[in-house]
Amino acid sequence: MSQPRDKYTVVIGLEIHAQLSTKSKIYSRDSTTFGSAPNTNVSVVTLAHPGTLPYLNKKVLDYAIKMGLACNSEITRKNIFCRKNYFYPDLPKGYQLTQDKTPICIGGTVLIRTKKGEKYVKLNRIHVEEDAGKSIHQNEETDTLVDLNRAGVALIEIVTEPDLGSAAEAAQTMMEIRKLVRYLDVCDGNMEEGSIRCDANVSIMPKCSTVFGPKVELKNMNSIKQIKNAIEHEIDRQVGIVEAGGEIISETRTYDPATGDSIGMREKEELNDYRYFPEPDLSPVYVTDEWLDEIRNELPVLPEQWRTKFIEEYGLPEYDTGVLTDSREIAKFFNAVCQETQNYKAASNWVMGPVKSYLNDHKIGIDDFPLTPKKLAELIELIDSGKISYSSASQQLFSAWIKTPKIAALEIAEKLNLIQESDSDSLEEVVREVVDKFPDKVKEYNKGKKGLIGMFMGEVMKATKGKADPKITNQLLRDKLESVG
Amino acid sequence: MENFRNFNQISLSLSKGSTSCVDIVNHYLKNIKEKSHLNAFLEVFEKDALDQAKSVDEKLKKGSAGKLAGMVIGIKDVLCYKDHKVQASSKILEGFESQFTSTAVQKLIEEDAVIIGRLNCDEFAMGSSNENSAYGPVLNATDNQRVPGGSSGGCAVAVQANLCTATIGSDTGGSVRQPASFCGVIGLKPTYSRVSRFGLLAYASSFDVIGTFTNNIEDSALILETMAGQDQFDSTVSRNEVPTYSKNLTFEGKAKIGYIKETLNGEGINDEVRDNFLESINRFKAAGHDIEEVSLPLMKYALPTYYILITAEASSNLSRYDGVRYGYRSPNTKDMESLYKKSRSEGFGEEVRRRIMLGTFVLSASYYDAFYTKAQKVRNLIKEQVENLLSRYDFLIMPTSPTTAFKLGEHNQNPLEMYLADLFTVQASVAGIPAISIPNGKDSNGMDFGLQIMANFFEEEKLLAFSNCYLKNEWKI
Repeated sequence: MSQPRDKYTVVIGLEIHAQLSTKSKIYSRDSTTFGSAPNTNVSVVTLAHPGTLPYLNKKVLDYAIKMGLACNSEITRKNIFCRKNYFYPDLPKGYQLTQDKTPICIGGTVLIRTKKGEKYVKLNRIHVEEDAGKSIHQNEETDTLVDLNRAGVALIEIVTEPDLGSAAEAAQTMMEIRKLVRYLDVCDGNMEEGSIRCDANVSIMPKCSTVFGPKVELKNMNSIKQIKNAIEHEIDRQVGIVEAGGEIISETRTYDPATGDSIGMREKEELNDYRYFPEPDLSPVYVTDEWLDEIRNELPVLPEQWRTKFIEEYGLPEYDTGVLTDSREIAKFFNAVCQETQNYKAASNWVMGPVKSYLNDHKIGIDDFPLTPKKLAELIELIDSGKISYSSASQQLFSAWIKTPKIAALEIAEKLNLIQESDSDSLEEVVREVVDKFPDKVKEYNKGKKGLIGMFMGEVMKATKGKADPKITNQLLRDKLESVG
Repeated sequence: MENFRNFNQISLSLSKGSTSCVDIVNHYLKNIKEKSHLNAFLEVFEKDALDQAKSVDEKLKKGSAGKLAGMVIGIKDVLCYKDHKVQASSKILEGFESQFTSTAVQKLIEEDAVIIGRLNCDEFAMGSSNENSAYGPVLNATDNQRVPGGSSGGCAVAVQANLCTATIGSDTGGSVRQPASFCGVIGLKPTYSRVSRFGLLAYASSFDVIGTFTNNIEDSALILETMAGQDQFDSTVSRNEVPTYSKNLTFEGKAKIGYIKETLNGEGINDEVRDNFLESINRFKAAGHDIEEVSLPLMKYALPTYYILITAEASSNLSRYDGVRYGYRSPNTKDMESLYKKSRSEGFGEEVRRRIMLGTFVLSASYYDAFYTKAQKVRNLIKEQVENLLSRYDFLIMPTSPTTAFKLGEHNQNPLEMYLADLFTVQASVAGIPAISIPNGKDSNGMDFGLQIMANFFEEEKLLAFSNCYLKNEWKI
């Protein structure tokens, strides 16, 4: 049965603000350290004292250009900054320094994958600007506290075209962009701390129509999940209104993650005329070919490039490439392992499995992981050569080696008595003993209860403390059982 | 006691050992007290100036003093000087102390100039008569019934009345040149971006230039070469090398001079001013220079263009004075909105409020293209025309002001009438070229005329040398 929602096309555009991880602010030399005591990262420039002037931190443009190159945007050569004028206590100058007509990056795309397949989401622009401070409204207090540590911290605003057709696509786009800023090391991508923030413009129109409906801007979504939920909720809300014969009002709504609902902001706050005009206190900045080349040379291998390599060179399945390219460091580490072993799938399993869970358990990054890619490859080699079993490697040797990475793996394995018995003579001995011990089971086995082989295996393992090579043991057991029968 | 009208006299006395830097400062302090009715100084840094003078005397003894040792300078109340008040003659900055020193002042201090106090001006440098100060008008020392011009009225009078050796002001549309003209002193507005604006309270950022008031050209040259140049705190400042202007103050050869006919035929020019100017033309001719009439057809658009652009920039530049972080906060505040509205309405004077509102209007979405965009285009055209003229002429000359100093209260009822005082000074500001006003005789009331000379971008060296020869009437042709 068709749902009312199926009658409409959903149109979504995103505006994503990413706080750049430059050490100092965009227009001053003040520090950007997160979590400093309130109003300590503030000089006369941040405080907008009389007579102060902005001074551009060039690194900010480096970072923005990096993002633009990664998205195949066109880079603007003559950059003019401009003032966006409005009054608010957390905006010391009474205007925000941003870019209006000459965003540093124009156009570009971000590739997303959803159940529907691949899609290149079109970008409208990426521009640089400064963040505002924080107004802290305390419960039951009439005063508002203002912390200006964040004022002047560099942001890039990434604006997509109204190119997204579902909450899932919107969420995926945000995930990809977050992944990209982390790859490029231009933003820490932390949504909870507000390092990367997302507003969504949502509208609906009847399936046959080409005219966009009135758009609603959703704010205050602090995780990928909230983006998805808020947009789903907004689509339902809009469909409900239109189905009931109502009209959508173009407005800004704040999402409340606690209730899953959204509240319209007062119209008054939206009737702002920002009086944009070119900033006379900053000279235009020209991006030269040399500058662009320099940044292009600094670009890391991007997730898509890794993905292609992992599939084409290492023959990995789609799922693995998704997990392995999730972060730049993991992808690099995995690739380094693959330089040391040919068993790519085993390498993938190790990284996706034991390595990642170790990192999660210890809350550390791959850079702090005690085993080098070369050592991980050695481990894979030990298993492949039959010296130790995968289970003893993953359950015992791995964690023991992590504690003493300087000692050779084989030495630890020997100490832990993990070297597999692959000497068939001594194994034959054990097998014979086990078979002799259970004459009844042997009879049952030979009558057709072949599953008992597992019980015999278990007994052999018990006797050898798990060191028996399972493959050889299995063969020896079968031969023995059949010969007895 | 000697009179110390200029730095050369001071240097001679110091080198003879007949006086000390402390003596000089005391001399000026006495003058300031005697002439306090002129209301030129908002605050005299008596103790700090004497302390500074003592340390300069020490350095002089050791032979390690800077090149401005003995020079005593007053600064317009729009220039920041660490741990000293700066208020732009406005109530909104009542009691505000700067936490840093402006680059221009810092460079003067580093050469051992003594900073003696801050000088009255029109509020936020908005005005042409110094009647817009929240701390009362400044009186012209020649005739106390008359204005000193503005906005740097205090600066002009301080030099006129010998209250210090020189003063530093700011010129956005004539605020150095016009009061210099009214007070019979030399007022220099360098090329836009020649001097760092860091520490200058912004009025209209793309026009504001720090300039000098002096009794002779040598001092203008000396101060400018000290203040000018690169600054890591102002990204718009010019990277052009700064010549040692004071070393080359002789203009040699024949100059090609243009005088703009629109200034003489236009409305508002006083007959005596015109006659005085025509006399100057004859003097240049007599000295052997080539001088001819030129046309600047866009001249009449300069004033409206100027007022649209400066009010636009000012409306934004003055947004920071909001009562949130510093300065005046209205005691009648109930909530955030009233905090802004009341603090700003009560803290700013009438003219400042008028210009903020005008600027807000011309930047508003519905009028932006009709006013701001169009004015920007006209500014570029004027710049082109002026540059074009200056590619053919060494200098352009015109009277500094259409009138001499007028009476207090004569024009302050009608703002448009007052705006006409900038009629001849805004061209150089709109174009960004250097211009100087030099004393050029007196009218029938004994009030000073000023002659304005303009040169091409960064040609201060030539401009100063030429002005020097004119004032001394010594030519080498």
